[in-house]
Amino acid sequence: MVAETAQQFEALEAQAATLMELFSNAGYEAVAPAMIQPAKVYLDRLGEEIRARTYLFTDLHGEELCLRPDLTVPVCRLYLERHPAADTQERYCYNGPAFRYGVAGRVGGAAREFRQSGIELIGADDTIEAETEVVRLAVEAMAAAGLKDYQLKLGDLGLFEALIDALDMPERWRLRLWHAFWQPARFHELLQQLAAGEGSGISEPTSQLLAELDPEDIDGAERQVADYLEANAIPVIAQRTAREIAERLCERAADAREEPLPKEAVALITGFLAIEGPPGEAIDRIAALANDAGIDMSRALDKFHAQLASFALHGIGLDEAEFDAEFGRNIEYYTGFVFQIACDVGGVLTWIAGGGRYDSLLSELGSPARVPAVGCAIHTERLLAAISENGNG
Amino acid sequence: MADRPVVLAIPSKGRLMEQVSDLFAKAKLEIRKNGHSRGYRGALEGIDGVEIAFLSASEIAEQLRLENVHLGITGEDLMREAMENAETRIDFAKPLGIGRADVVAAVPDCWIDVTRMSDLEDIAGIFHRAHGRRLRVATKYMNLTRRYFAQKGVSGYRIVESLGATEGTPAAGSAEMIVDITSSGATLKANHLRVLEDGVMLRSQAVLFALRDGRRKPLKRVLKAILERFDAAGI
Repeated sequence: MVAETAQQFEALEAQAATLMELFSNAGYEAVAPAMIQPAKVYLDRLGEEIRARTYLFTDLHGEELCLRPDLTVPVCRLYLERHPAADTQERYCYNGPAFRYGVAGRVGGAAREFRQSGIELIGADDTIEAETEVVRLAVEAMAAAGLKDYQLKLGDLGLFEALIDALDMPERWRLRLWHAFWQPARFHELLQQLAAGEGSGISEPTSQLLAELDPEDIDGAERQVADYLEANAIPVIAQRTAREIAERLCERAADAREEPLPKEAVALITGFLAIEGPPGEAIDRIAALANDAGIDMSRALDKFHAQLASFALHGIGLDEAEFDAEFGRNIEYYTGFVFQIACDVGGVLTWIAGGGRYDSLLSELGSPARVPAVGCAIHTERLLAAISENGNG
Repeated sequence: MADRPVVLAIPSKGRLMEQVSDLFAKAKLEIRKNGHSRGYRGALEGIDGVEIAFLSASEIAEQLRLENVHLGITGEDLMREAMENAETRIDFAKPLGIGRADVVAAVPDCWIDVTRMSDLEDIAGIFHRAHGRRLRVATKYMNLTRRYFAQKGVSGYRIVESLGATEGTPAAGSAEMIVDITSSGATLKANHLRVLEDGVMLRSQAVLFALRDGRRKPLKRVLKAILERFDAAGI
């Protein structure tokens, strides 16, 4: 399909030079992480969803490798290699190719190889300051490249977390909802399940064992599970231990005895996720929802208010911006604030740049400490296409 | 063009090869190998203009996908693995009732807290927190697995490609669960594995597949002749 990957190579290079100069002047160090990455970090940490789109291969030593499907993970690995204690604040910028397999059925337009330019701000403690800096640079990058008309979309997973935290439910339900958040269909099903209080869902003969368990006594449960397995001549294989099985059975037993999630809570969660609109208005609607329900989300709401104020102070125009409570659902490593810059290309609203906060990624990659991080990636070929098409270059 | 033979690919080894030979014998069609008995090409006695290609079952699916052969007998599981939306892209000309087996998702029998696909997503989260990695699913059916797991909303896993003795991987510690083909379930049982309640992903059997291309007149003629012989023999 593509003999020549980067069409308009010179124009792309010129644009990249402009972007990299902007980032460098803002104190970001240009880095060039390896294109070939160990596949394990992607597969173990980010799962099969990413694998389906990643070019994987095995070298002669049998090591599983991949062509980097993005640059955020490679840049984070570079940070950890340079700073194993993960105790410094660093600003990195990059420009280079990333590789993804076009999802079958959508092959036509999908490129195997595309160029990304971006920034990562790692280890900055002041949340709002760091997020503002990254969004401001993304917006300035659009201006420097010559893109005038675009839509800025905002979201904040912290608001969802605050909502779930404020609702009265067992902690394990919060974890399950949080985990399911990335999959709207599964999330909906889980909500219905918790609201129906349909018991354990475990069939005979295990249900009898379940009825005898004391959810508070994991040690006892572990013994009961071991006894049950022994009595039925079932060996423990694979790497889940009898204790892990007992722990989950205890959760199931506890769920079966729990009051179902109230209808009001389900309505509140669904109502929250449906909120979209201008950021100022959206935040007021969330505040009103919380107020009506008598729950306290003030910290997350105050943070978002302060965020918007900080954006305004730094000249980030929000007149055309949109907030979407569900936004952030599709990329699993984001943990808080998320944003996207989209633009009409060939009649289709296409994302040009996007980013957000990913505070757990570095720990997942082996960092000894939790490191706050915010970043942004720009799809440079789309940016160029948007500029030439919209004639505002 | 009309003189070029229509290529029918049939399994070159194993139980499926024997069953296919029996089927053709029953339909009074003789498969004749060219040259010595280990040749890879042959002819079909009874219908003109057919060349036989002896290939492994998975290779047949691949060659059909690449349109290098026109007709082929192989398992539905292998065809669907090689080709997404196979039913719209290739003609399932005749299910043959042989090579019956199910593609299933199976977990260790000791996972007494796991009975359905939806349980996997729950334990995947807990497993990830406890072990710092994804649940590993050993399989040779990477595409079928991805599609089925996505349809069931299971995402917290990774596939470990396994090209043989898949059912032994959980006991060996190289995977947590498997997706594999089973006919009697005996191998699963011997390896202390259990099929999930909604874990039957595909009920497969051997099928005579034909390329979907109306312009290939010889192909239509040969396919029609084979199907008539099969019909007459009550296959």
